[in-house]
Amino acid sequence: MLGKLRRLNQDVSKTALEESERLPSEERRRFLRSGLFTAGGAMVGGALAGIAPKALAATQYPPEIPPWTRSLGAGVVTDPYGVPSPFEKDVIRRNVPWLTADKVSSISFTPLQHLKGIITPNGLFFERHHAGRPEIDPQQHRLMIHGLVDRPIILSMEDLQRFPSVSQINFIECPANGGMEWRGAQLNSLQFLHGMVSCAEWTGVRLSTLLQEVGIKPEGKWLLAEGADGAAMTRSIPLEKALDDVIVAYAQNGEALRREQGYPIRLVVPGWEGNTHVKWLRRLEVGDKPWMQREETSKYTDLMPDGTAHGFTWVMEAKSVITSPCPEMPLKNKGICQIEGLAWSGRGKVKAVDVSVDGGQSWQQAQLREPVMSKSLTRFSLEWKWDGNPALLQSRVIDETGYVQPTLAQLKQARGTNSIYHKNAIQTWKVNADGSVVNVQLS
Amino acid sequence: MFSFHKKPRLFASTCCGVILASIPILGAAEQAGHYGYGEPATEEQIAAWDIDVRPDGKGLPEGSGTVDEGMAVYETYCSSCHGAFGEGMGRYPKLAGGEGSLTEDRPEKTVGSYWPYASTLWDYIHRAMPFFAPQSLTDDQVYALTAYVLNLNYIVDGDFVANKETLPQVQMPNHDGFIWEDPRPVVNNERCMEDCKEEVTVSDSAAGKNLTPSTTGPLDEGITE
Repeated sequence: MLGKLRRLNQDVSKTALEESERLPSEERRRFLRSGLFTAGGAMVGGALAGIAPKALAATQYPPEIPPWTRSLGAGVVTDPYGVPSPFEKDVIRRNVPWLTADKVSSISFTPLQHLKGIITPNGLFFERHHAGRPEIDPQQHRLMIHGLVDRPIILSMEDLQRFPSVSQINFIECPANGGMEWRGAQLNSLQFLHGMVSCAEWTGVRLSTLLQEVGIKPEGKWLLAEGADGAAMTRSIPLEKALDDVIVAYAQNGEALRREQGYPIRLVVPGWEGNTHVKWLRRLEVGDKPWMQREETSKYTDLMPDGTAHGFTWVMEAKSVITSPCPEMPLKNKGICQIEGLAWSGRGKVKAVDVSVDGGQSWQQAQLREPVMSKSLTRFSLEWKWDGNPALLQSRVIDETGYVQPTLAQLKQARGTNSIYHKNAIQTWKVNADGSVVNVQLS
Repeated sequence: MFSFHKKPRLFASTCCGVILASIPILGAAEQAGHYGYGEPATEEQIAAWDIDVRPDGKGLPEGSGTVDEGMAVYETYCSSCHGAFGEGMGRYPKLAGGEGSLTEDRPEKTVGSYWPYASTLWDYIHRAMPFFAPQSLTDDQVYALTAYVLNLNYIVDGDFVANKETLPQVQMPNHDGFIWEDPRPVVNNERCMEDCKEEVTVSDSAAGKNLTPSTTGPLDEGITE
């Protein structure tokens, strides 16, 4: 039986080999290893009549029967840690080379245009490093908790995992998401315009559990979180938030944190700007005042038109964006299409999302897809019949506090164009008659 | 702030002599928390890792540095990225200048024009600079660099000596330029559903600007500003 299958494989392997010629060498090796080509590397003739011609057909859909249906696939543990299909090779994080001086202190963007649901796969979660991604041996890593506490302690990663754990789904967004667009429309891509947001299930220990363990002295009002990376990244966080819903996370979507996300541990500060979620966490200090660190004075403060700046603007206000169609995902056909997008709020749950196809003259309420969770991405959709005429697509989120996502004009009116951070304005996509989609701004 | 519901240690001590032995080491005021995991952090361990410095000077170590000493250190470790006079290079940050520019179309947020506290300068140089070799400078070198960068911004005179007494007294020009309370929401759109505006005008488009890296194929390395 197996011998017969093998013979069949040898026939279709001709096609398989030809297919593989078009793949890059790494993928080609994997393809050849995958079992389609099983004759020890040798091409063996003797095709069974009637099979080879079909296998060589240009397309594999009906009435053709594709080679993968008439052969054995790759065995288990071909990829001991699974990787996406080679056909998904475009679905990667990308950077904007002109944005930063160096990749070591830079940002990469999540390909939101390709993602489904609300969870960002770990390999696609956006990255922001201030001094590169350190390689930390968890056996050697320690978390120190000290300052205005009764019992300063040092915890190993093993110690941390002994505490009761919690899991929660939260987005993380860099406050600079969309920050290149205050002065005008520059980038024509969902990924680069909005890809500094991602969402994962985080598992770890509640910070309140750890702080109770060490005992906060009555004078303690603030917490300093510090990373073990070359930036020794720090942020001051008021204890009120620290004791509310913050966790020291060691897992992300069911597995250990990725190195880019702070392996072995990071802070998750739900709804607050990304840089407060200190990665590679090594130290937590309780104090009576904020520390006024570089990343909360010189950076991550919002310059207003009158020259004053707002500091401690931690919350990521409600925002939404249509992810399909978008510049990377143009409309290919007239007729019924599903407008889809993502909405989120750092203040709680998404209450509603409205969609406009006429640049905000009129709006329709979209459907929210379950689950709708606090400080998490929420997916929305609206069925729309595209008649082939140009259209201006927008989405507008309303969160559970009643806050309505502002237009760009409203935001600029209040905040000028020099804030860099916290640009949560309504995004406008212009759909052209040919179905292409362009990032535009309305006056 | 918290009430601790400690489990009696009696049970544990009856089954495990090691815990009994540990009680005198911890001392009455430093009994373990509810879980008792980890180990107590010693003063020496804390001192080595606790590197933060606050505006009131808390955390500043002994030592000192002058403007002249700072210039020499700066030329060795800093000027290749930040420029000989703190003017910045490419996308590496400008450290000096920009006075009065915060209301302009292109504000320059430097130590002199923007930073509210001198302590932040010491803290940040010490923890994260030089970029390629963080935490490699001596405390005296950090004091000297702090003095030099402040002098580049005309905040201190050339004879300034930075130390833990003088730095907290340095008044930064933009000290009062910050509001440390989040005023948001400052914009709250109305949830209009029909006839929300009379006309719609596209004021800007990203089409044809050639600033967007490719979102297909390999990473786009080629686009420059």
